Amino acid sequence: VNREAQGVLLFLVGGALLWASLTDLYLRYVRAGLRPMLILAGVVLIIAAIATLWSELRPARAARRDRAGADHGGADHGGADHGGADHGGADHGGADHGGADHGGGHREPRVSWLLVLPVLALILVAPPALGSFAADRTGTVLQEPPILPPLPAGDPLRMTVVDYAGRAAFDHGRSLGGRRVEIVGFVAAGRRGPYLIRMVFNCCAADAQPIKVGLAGRVPPGLRPDTWLDIIGTYTSEQIRDEVNGGPIPFIDVSQSRQVPPPKEPYEF
Amino acid sequence: VTTTETGSTPVEQHDGERPEGWQFNSLLLLMALLVLVVAAKGPISRLVSGPVSRNWMTVFIAVLTQALPFLVLGVLLSAAIAVFVPPGFFARVLPSRPALAVPVAGAAGVILPGCECGSVPVAGALVRRGVTPGAALAFLLSAPAINPIVLVATAVAFPRTPLMVVARLVASLLVACLMGWLWLRLGRPGWLRPPARPSFEGHRRAAAFWGSVRHDVMHAGGFLVIGAMAAATVKTLVPGSWMRTVAGIPVVSVLALALLAVLLSICSEADAFVAASLSQFSLTARLAFLVVGPMIDLKLFAMQAGTFGRGFALRFGPATFLVAVAVAGLVGTVLL
Repeated sequence: VNREAQGVLLFLVGGALLWASLTDLYLRYVRAGLRPMLILAGVVLIIAAIATLWSELRPARAARRDRAGADHGGADHGGADHGGADHGGADHGGADHGGADHGGGHREPRVSWLLVLPVLALILVAPPALGSFAADRTGTVLQEPPILPPLPAGDPLRMTVVDYAGRAAFDHGRSLGGRRVEIVGFVAAGRRGPYLIRMVFNCCAADAQPIKVGLAGRVPPGLRPDTWLDIIGTYTSEQIRDEVNGGPIPFIDVSQSRQVPPPKEPYEF
Repeated sequence: VTTTETGSTPVEQHDGERPEGWQFNSLLLLMALLVLVVAAKGPISRLVSGPVSRNWMTVFIAVLTQALPFLVLGVLLSAAIAVFVPPGFFARVLPSRPALAVPVAGAAGVILPGCECGSVPVAGALVRRGVTPGAALAFLLSAPAINPIVLVATAVAFPRTPLMVVARLVASLLVACLMGWLWLRLGRPGWLRPPARPSFEGHRRAAAFWGSVRHDVMHAGGFLVIGAMAAATVKTLVPGSWMRTVAGIPVVSVLALALLAVLLSICSEADAFVAASLSQFSLTARLAFLVVGPMIDLKLFAMQAGTFGRGFALRFGPATFLVAVAVAGLVGTVLL
């Protein structure tokens, strides 16, 4: 990979990072808190790209200027060769720009080419947040919530899937009572009817794991995996064990449901 | 202005002057590739729309997106040190007794922020400037593992187990010192080929700084992509039941993750995030992953062989692996 190509690669990677972080695309892969660092990294890479391309062009321009000078002045500019040598043109070999210098330590290993892959993946495909494929393979990671504050007012009450599942599974619905709650998640095939799922992660989507809630009651027919649903329902005591890891999967008694587009922030924490 | 010029000027230059022009072929190839891929956008996205490939790509992008800001931060700081810290500085501050210089150099690894790709050339420079090889090697092993950026990344990746940071620091430092002393006892000068590397000395400071940034990003970035691809493959294709089976056997799980660290060759600034994702495994096994990874992996082996010679890498690599696994197992059992 020569230096011009390296400059272009740096520019592409920096540009892709900036693009992902200035739109909401990055939320499919990492936490919202990483945004400032992503922007900073994108800017630094673009500056590095410009610096690389700039220093690549400088010797070329200097060489051209020297040649033009030699055509013009002949003997007058006898000293110009030395001048050229000083400002870096000559250590690149002047007109033979990029010869020995590039052949030596400056060409980076071929593996650098791979940097083009994430750029293409981000810009061409922009893969969606993890969905039912990952959720099917992984057991629910529902854990007993350390404290259960009383529910705020609201009807229906909007809750996270994690919050509902924790209260339903470990508190046996005591703090939920007969309240109508509203939760949003995507659909995956389950053992007894479809599951409503939200992925949670610690660090980035690479360590995402699902929280699963079973759907009972008025479940719309013909649900396809990865459809996002907004559900209003009430607590039901039904509960099963996840077939993958034996974790608890509480249910919700659905009274209303509608399809919604994937939320901006597809994960819960 | 700069970027628009680049498209045409160098190509015209080379076209005129160097008909065979291998130099700019990579640029031309890159451009052709981009045009091709953008033109074939439809078929390509249809090709990768299956659930398996989409899952793979999401994990792949997630690892990279999470790791790149840390890589860039490390690369910036290491460029600053390469440019603004005088070359003789490290040799001056180290004690002259070799056995004492080893732990001091190991602890000094704290001040070289960056990943292992950066520490190999620095260790080479130290050897060339007369630092005793044992101390330079201790530095080589500790610097990528215990510098502040890596420790912060580890803390971020393991928000619920802050002891992981302590364990990583202690275990890595211990391995670095043990290997340094081992080299003092058993090492022969003939095994170590004095390294040569291109330096940025003589360039203007700004040029040297950005040159170092470019160099580090290109080196580390490519290997990071390999690591992310491997992590995505493991995450997407290896059945969860295998992982759970391996993860359930104490000693085997430690060895398995240590080997995985060698194979994945992830940059130390990003490896904590991959380790965090391997949540089926015990903390000790993941500690082994974090201790082994920055010290010996496929890309480091290649880099060490290139810098110090193959005879060195063949002896030093396996020895480092064994010591690192043993120490990580011990420290993990005690601390985690």
